Amino acid sequence: MNSIHDMGGMDGFGAVRAEPDEPAFHAPWEGRVLAMQRAMGYARLWTIDQSRASIEMLDPALYLTASYYKKWFLALEHRLRMHGLIGPDELAAGKSLRPGVQLERTLSAADAGAMKRGEFARPATAQPQFRPGDRVRTRNLNPATHTRLPRYARDKVGTVEANRGCHVYPDTAAIDAGENPRWLYTVTFAASELWGDDADPAITVSIEAFEPYLMPG
Amino acid sequence: MNDHEDHDHGSELGEMQLRVRALETILIEKRYVDPAALDEIVETFQTRIGPRIGGRIVARAWSDPDFKRRLLEDATAAVNAEGHASPVGSHLIAVENTPGVHNMVVCTLCSCYPWEVLGLPPVWYKSAPYRSRAVRNPKGVLADFGVTLPPDTAIRVWDSTAETRFIVLPMRPAGTDRFSEDQLAALVTRDSMIGTGVALQPEDVAQ
Repeated sequence: MNSIHDMGGMDGFGAVRAEPDEPAFHAPWEGRVLAMQRAMGYARLWTIDQSRASIEMLDPALYLTASYYKKWFLALEHRLRMHGLIGPDELAAGKSLRPGVQLERTLSAADAGAMKRGEFARPATAQPQFRPGDRVRTRNLNPATHTRLPRYARDKVGTVEANRGCHVYPDTAAIDAGENPRWLYTVTFAASELWGDDADPAITVSIEAFEPYLMPG
Repeated sequence: MNDHEDHDHGSELGEMQLRVRALETILIEKRYVDPAALDEIVETFQTRIGPRIGGRIVARAWSDPDFKRRLLEDATAAVNAEGHASPVGSHLIAVENTPGVHNMVVCTLCSCYPWEVLGLPPVWYKSAPYRSRAVRNPKGVLADFGVTLPPDTAIRVWDSTAETRFIVLPMRPAGTDRFSEDQLAALVTRDSMIGTGVALQPEDVAQ
């Protein structure tokens, strides 16, 4: 989806401003949003890429102006509604008006502190098409749905630096089309390939590219 | 909206407090979430998981060549063998700074970050200025952080576009040969493990 979240290479946002001694959360509600996001993620109702897709579908103006945790909150609310887990009437009332549905699993306090990230590697179903050192060209893909191939790195020639194994393919996992595991590579580009001949020759940029994003260079 | 796009302003704060409280109430009443589990998650990220973990890993790598070799080979396995507060999920990758190469990590598409070893990402890491510029003008980003590298340094930017996560192994500062791991860990800043900074010099910290 070619929306505002795909920010690599854009101009006009100004300097990076770090906040000294930044707290983990700037308001208590941010922590609650993080916790709800993690706890509901544990229920396995949606994939991490469906979560990301929900954020990417926010109105671009809102995306740019809302705080990160507000974006998370809006996307979480959206997914909970889409899955029929909560109703708009309940959100308006600020309380539950019906019993909840049974979830596959709910997170206990005992497990919450040591939650581990999901595992995204999957057994390979085919030999990898590329090897470290291979020249590859990224495809010019512009799906209207979720993808992890950034715009700035489409139709560019790079070099495979590493094979990271076979992983859940975000482009299908985000749209209920299955995990569809694919080989994942680190692909490196010269800055001049991405940004033109006057780019700094000292700079290289890599992306993590799934095999369907690539063709022989 | 050049800066502070991710900061909360008064009106959003009041509105969000109410909306978040309403949603949490509904989720608890429906038994989708256990409030004690939510408390535990918040507590974990406020007190137990943060860049101190990454700092200890870097200090260990500076002190122990065998650990460093294992870290660069398979950071997930090497870090989990240390038994830190939060087990590391798969595909943590450590990238090493050298006198000729400086690494910088970004997620241009969202906010992917190695939570288990660095904690929650700072607001600037998730902000439009960083995500837009890191892949195009990393030297400009370094300048924003007050960092200037020797002119012949190659800069390698890693865009975290999949479930692989990256931690930078910064260069060990000179004059630290006799430092203990604890003393070394005090020199390792969060930013040095993202690549927007370098490790502190011994004179920067009161030992």
